[in-house]
Amino acid sequence: MTHQELLEIYERMVLSRRFEEKAEELYAQGRVTGSLHPYIGQEAVACAALLRRKPGDLFTSTHRGLGHCIAGGMDVRGMMAELFGKATGISGGKGGSMHLFDPQNGNLGTNGIVAGGTSIACGAAITLKLIDRTDNVVFTFFGEGASNEGVTHESMNLASVWKLPVIFVCENNQYQVFTSAMESCSVQDISQRASAYSMPGETVDGNDVLALDAAFRKAVERARQGEGPSLIEAKTYRWLGHWPGDVFAYGGYRSTEEVERWKKACPIVRLSRHLLEAGTMTREMMDSIHARVDAQVEEAVRFAEDSPEPDVGVLMQHVFSEVQNG
Amino acid sequence: MAKIKYATAIRDAMAEEMRRDPRVFVMGEDVERFGGVFGCTLDLPEEFGPDRIRSTPISEAAFVGAGLGMAITGARPIVELQYVDFIMCAMDQLVNQTAKIHYMSNGKMTVPYTLRVQQGCGRGNGAQHAQNFESLFANIPGLKVVCPATPADAKGLLKTAIRDNNPVVFCEHKMLYATRGEVPDDPDFTIPFGKAALLREGKDATIIATAYMVAPALEAADRLAKEGISAEVIDPRTIVPLDEDALVRSVEKTGRAVIVHETNEFCGFGAELAFRIQGRAFKYLDAPVERVTTAQIPMPYARNLEKANVPDAARIVRAVMKTLYRDKEGS
Repeated sequence: MTHQELLEIYERMVLSRRFEEKAEELYAQGRVTGSLHPYIGQEAVACAALLRRKPGDLFTSTHRGLGHCIAGGMDVRGMMAELFGKATGISGGKGGSMHLFDPQNGNLGTNGIVAGGTSIACGAAITLKLIDRTDNVVFTFFGEGASNEGVTHESMNLASVWKLPVIFVCENNQYQVFTSAMESCSVQDISQRASAYSMPGETVDGNDVLALDAAFRKAVERARQGEGPSLIEAKTYRWLGHWPGDVFAYGGYRSTEEVERWKKACPIVRLSRHLLEAGTMTREMMDSIHARVDAQVEEAVRFAEDSPEPDVGVLMQHVFSEVQNG
Repeated sequence: MAKIKYATAIRDAMAEEMRRDPRVFVMGEDVERFGGVFGCTLDLPEEFGPDRIRSTPISEAAFVGAGLGMAITGARPIVELQYVDFIMCAMDQLVNQTAKIHYMSNGKMTVPYTLRVQQGCGRGNGAQHAQNFESLFANIPGLKVVCPATPADAKGLLKTAIRDNNPVVFCEHKMLYATRGEVPDDPDFTIPFGKAALLREGKDATIIATAYMVAPALEAADRLAKEGISAEVIDPRTIVPLDEDALVRSVEKTGRAVIVHETNEFCGFGAELAFRIQGRAFKYLDAPVERVTTAQIPMPYARNLEKANVPDAARIVRAVMKTLYRDKEGS
């Protein structure tokens, strides 16, 4: 990775972290409501994966998708406004955190249904491969919980049979709501499941940007060459609860020791240490990145607060597209 | 104008639209071999090749969801479900994803998606291969629902579906595939959604029927004519959008309405139609609106049981007589 790429990834990861810390804080104050599923602790995966995009590449996200959106370049002001349910939100206040779409940046949407994106990614890949005849690829993010959903298996089979350019990115954050991967998955490593669909499967340290990048490079290259899909399992950890109301995440279904151990393996601290030691980033550069990110998040909150609520007149709008075709 | 089969009309509609727009793509179970189980894709693979028409694995969730992925990335997929019953394996993809993405994204994502489903009774296929789900689909905001009764309607409405920028569930009936009718050859022949077809004019009662129920409705009107009763027959053709005005106009004229559908009775779309008719034409009604439907039971297998469950001309005649307060007459 170039210095520039590493610094860019670092800044994205910090922005993702700060944005979500702020969102959690606002949720606790009742200013953000509904569903919120923090990605904190998993930032390296989305940022490393989406770094390897080129124009025209696409991705599908999940219910825990704010990190994917930020890694994918979504405007954080529009994101925060959407969390506030404001008219200026990414989805005009009709979506919320689980329904954020940014096709200009290749983002086909976060999703309220576990594994909801896997089949959509296959369809997007069909368009790219058969209709547009490009060498573009589609990333589909999902958790280890979603790896137990039937549609994930159907999608991996379809992608393999049709050699679709899909990179299946399983973010194994160890827990599906309150239940551990050990209790819910038939395999130690989700990547083992790739062999059932004749595709390469690799398990990577999901908190190590460099290791992730090496794995994604291979998978992307393979997909661009027309050789078909790959499955990459990134082992990582959800620091916080499934949602802000999950009070059992620390010392309940997970021991406090376990949580603290994973926090010590923080992907952001790890990358910053690497960058500082290698001289890629100086303390001053790091401080200015943090200051820039903090200002961006503050500005996003200000923008969201100052924005109007959606006009009730939009209630019935956009059930159907009124645009005529040919 | 040629006299062709309903299945051929569907095939021709797809072929014409595929020629017209290189972004139209067809997939579904067995569509590449022998035209699929019902022959609707016959000869399309030879003309368009595997980049435009593909047989899928038996993975309804994956390929119904893939249709959405194609639609939001600029393609115009036509996805075929061999039996509508199999949509239950892909309800998340249809209901949570496809139907709602335009609204959830505030109009940012557009879904030009035609889902062709084959449904209905008549072949003794039993409880999991003979259902009718148009009422179910119509209950989901964001889906258009089409139920063609004739080859011409099948062709004209399917072409409209493929050109529409919304998800359209196109409900074909298995017993209609082999029926023949005049179909215009003009490649620009289309039929707009939300326009009912007035199939027979009458003044004493209105019979409303779609798809496979149109034939018994017309037969019932014939029989009623012999009794000196003049029945009007209307086919809404699309449940969503619904040509409410045409139904109301007819009932204002006749004062009586009988709604016929093959989908189950309870919460069937007939209830919705009856509600709208009474709401707008209350003072014109001379009798309560009647329904003739399948019962609130799974479809049985034995041919005589299936037949007993499905509306026929005799039951429709009785329902019309009831609206005329003449149901006690032995006819």
